Amino acid sequence: MRVFWCLVFLAVPILAVLSCIYAEDYGLWFPGEAETLLGKQIDDLFYMINIIVTVTFIGSNAGLCYVIWRASGKQEEGGKAWFCHGVHSLEVIWSIVPACILMFISLYQLDVWMQFRVRTNYPTEAAAKPVAEVTARQFEWRIRYPAPGKDLQLQPQPDDLYTVNDLHVPVNQPVMIQLRTIDVQHSFFVPDLRVKQDAIPGQVIPIWFNVLHNGEYDLTCAELCGWGHYKMRGRVVAEPVEDFQAYLVKLQAEQSYDGVANEDSPELAQSGEE
Amino acid sequence: MSTLNPALEHAHDHGHGDHHELTFVQKYIFSTDHKIIGIQFLITTLLMLLVGGALALGVRWQLAFPWQSMPILGQFFYGAQGGQIAPETYTMLFTMHATVMIFLVIIPVLAGAFGNFLIPLMIGADDMAFPTLNMLSYWFMWPAIFFFFLSFVFGGGQAGWTSYPVLSAVVEAAPGSGHAQTCWLMGVTFVGVSSMMGSVNYMTTIINMRAPGMTLFRMPLTIWAMFITAILQAFALPVLTAAGFMLLTDRTLGTTFFVPSGLVINNSDPTVGGGQPLLWQHLFWFYSHPAVYIMLLPAMGMTSDMLACMSRKPIFGYKPMVLSMATIAGLGFIVWGHHMFTSGMNPALGMTFMISTMMIALPSAVKVFNWIGTIWGGRITFNTVTLNCVAFVSMFLIGGLSGIYMAAVPVDIYFHDTYMIVAHFHYVLFGATLFGVFGAIQFWYPKMFGRLMSEKLGKIHFFLTFLGFNGAFFPMHLLGMAGFPRRYADPYVHPYLEHLVPVNQFITISAIVMGSAQILLLFNFCYSYFCGEKIGRNPWGGNGLEWFAPSPPGHGNFDVLPVVYRGPYEYSSPLVTDRDYLMQTDYLPPPDSESKDETDEQKT
Repeated sequence: MRVFWCLVFLAVPILAVLSCIYAEDYGLWFPGEAETLLGKQIDDLFYMINIIVTVTFIGSNAGLCYVIWRASGKQEEGGKAWFCHGVHSLEVIWSIVPACILMFISLYQLDVWMQFRVRTNYPTEAAAKPVAEVTARQFEWRIRYPAPGKDLQLQPQPDDLYTVNDLHVPVNQPVMIQLRTIDVQHSFFVPDLRVKQDAIPGQVIPIWFNVLHNGEYDLTCAELCGWGHYKMRGRVVAEPVEDFQAYLVKLQAEQSYDGVANEDSPELAQSGEE
Repeated sequence: MSTLNPALEHAHDHGHGDHHELTFVQKYIFSTDHKIIGIQFLITTLLMLLVGGALALGVRWQLAFPWQSMPILGQFFYGAQGGQIAPETYTMLFTMHATVMIFLVIIPVLAGAFGNFLIPLMIGADDMAFPTLNMLSYWFMWPAIFFFFLSFVFGGGQAGWTSYPVLSAVVEAAPGSGHAQTCWLMGVTFVGVSSMMGSVNYMTTIINMRAPGMTLFRMPLTIWAMFITAILQAFALPVLTAAGFMLLTDRTLGTTFFVPSGLVINNSDPTVGGGQPLLWQHLFWFYSHPAVYIMLLPAMGMTSDMLACMSRKPIFGYKPMVLSMATIAGLGFIVWGHHMFTSGMNPALGMTFMISTMMIALPSAVKVFNWIGTIWGGRITFNTVTLNCVAFVSMFLIGGLSGIYMAAVPVDIYFHDTYMIVAHFHYVLFGATLFGVFGAIQFWYPKMFGRLMSEKLGKIHFFLTFLGFNGAFFPMHLLGMAGFPRRYADPYVHPYLEHLVPVNQFITISAIVMGSAQILLLFNFCYSYFCGEKIGRNPWGGNGLEWFAPSPPGHGNFDVLPVVYRGPYEYSSPLVTDRDYLMQTDYLPPPDSESKDETDEQKT
């Protein structure tokens, strides 16, 4: 039985490490490469912590398995256990070394956090001209863009453009959105972009990110907001800035189409306007 | 040192078996005897463990087989929905699962059951300082259970156990949650009152009623843990109670502590307001983070005692162990913000909370190293107690280390509210605390009932639980890596989560194995009461005062007033040759020089 139980405890670290190594093959790792600059830095920080944690984990488990193996053999060998109340130097070592490592980890993280959240570090141009306002609501994302050529104002303007669950942003440049909620708390979470920010009732919270590649990214809600929490599915579309402008123009045409200007589709109305 | 020592008088009163005539009700129901109260707490919490586990299995069913009707039970519980779990039912299930497990299982099983049972026995007192208050602390659990049950009947809390406003404050936000959420808040308040009474009692008892010779640094680590936990409760709980009342008045009297103006919820009229939802988060976590340690420290203390006894070896680094528990408690008060990294609070706060959170990993690490040190060079047999204790250390390692990812703010941006968090706290609360509790039940059961629990059943229970637990919760880390959010009734509407169904099915099967294994524990508990091997005072060769008392101890605990000569961890001491333990009460007369050495040893 001694061998069996030692193997049970030894299996924990082995299976844990193996499952993490092979996790990626089964889609159990990050949903993809981070698609933002900050996201890449976040991933790097994750991998840095991962190395430290893995080494500690393996080391501690090796220690644990070794001592239980030795201690459970004592019964057969005979003799008393080691009468020892502790080793002072060991206590000092295993207090100071982890303290330094933990301090290093936390100080090393500060930079990315400052870039992401501290107002003075926001990219100036993006902060001056937020792309859109995202208003969360049970259970959808309402998006308000300023009309082409105008800036987003805190108060809605008559010519603002609205969509639901579909946020378009220009690619390859820092963009800022204003996040708010009309009812309960929600959280704007785009896994591929490694962006998450709660929307707090009564507050307007700016978030910025810099999407690196064209594409559609899933937008989900990460804070319990009621029975339909799970279905707040939206998407973030990153596209070249010209396409983004064209999208806004198209939206504007659709929105201001009064049904009589042209009997054909809004596209024609749009071309007429141009 | 102990100025107040009723043990003296009572030892005489009850020494010769001339008990007061107590009726059955006085003796076993409205009992003021700490042992009976402890056992009442234990049985109540074990039953609640089954309730909480059943709720969790409901959650797991939905995640593994979304919208499929639950076999047998589905028709019974959700007949109106064709056996399906509706999304609001799902929300209720995980809310009530967390509520039951935290407020009715883990906190009361540690402080209520083991705190009550062990504190007077381990410090050599005849009972708690305030026996009636102690009785009330148990009976205040029942209004809490009643209100939680009522909340369940009304549709259940709909805002998670964290109950963030505005969802929890405005009735329109969660249709049907009107009375349910209010009852939920009442339940939390009663649990708080119950814990508060316990905590005042524990502090007073530990400070005032220690046996002669039981200095602070001769107390077992369990007592230190209970003492520190009681302090945490006394200082943190009022904040939650106050916040709970504020939320209650928001719901019922129309105040707006947590509701800002202008919200339009479910097309209702815009709210009047001026409140701040973040205030709730600060107040709630100011209690609930220390509460995490309330749910862990006693288990750490008990595991330390059990590990030392099972390794037949003094605890490695007694003072560092005490200090690290005190540090955890102290730092525990200034880390609550790490639950709110993505909440939009001042980013400078995020940085400070990250540093304090990282630093709280340090005393935890010191404790793990000391536990490993305790086994090092020891002499263990793999009985159920040892297995559970080693599992405690092994699981706490995983739970503690995964915390580091979340403590780092930038990385937490991604992991916040994903299954990584779920994995992390289950590894700490189940992996560490509950394995500690399972060990403790096995270890102190003989003292409670005078019989040993079945080893065979205990080992099977341990193995199945350990297997099921790791199968259920380790893959959750990986779900978290894949960005799987918490509290989703149907995550698979999101394309990037579709491929995770098989993993969730695996988790659910493991959870069912783990859940079913708990029936073995209950069976063992009942079976051993009647058929367990009868044993004497000290079945494990322990050193503590509780092993000096008869099993089970009578009213007043000790037949002879204990006098303490040394710390509780003198296992394998060279001072005695015929056995490998030296009880705290054993008086060794040999020359002065030797007894001096002994006190020196205790100081190191």
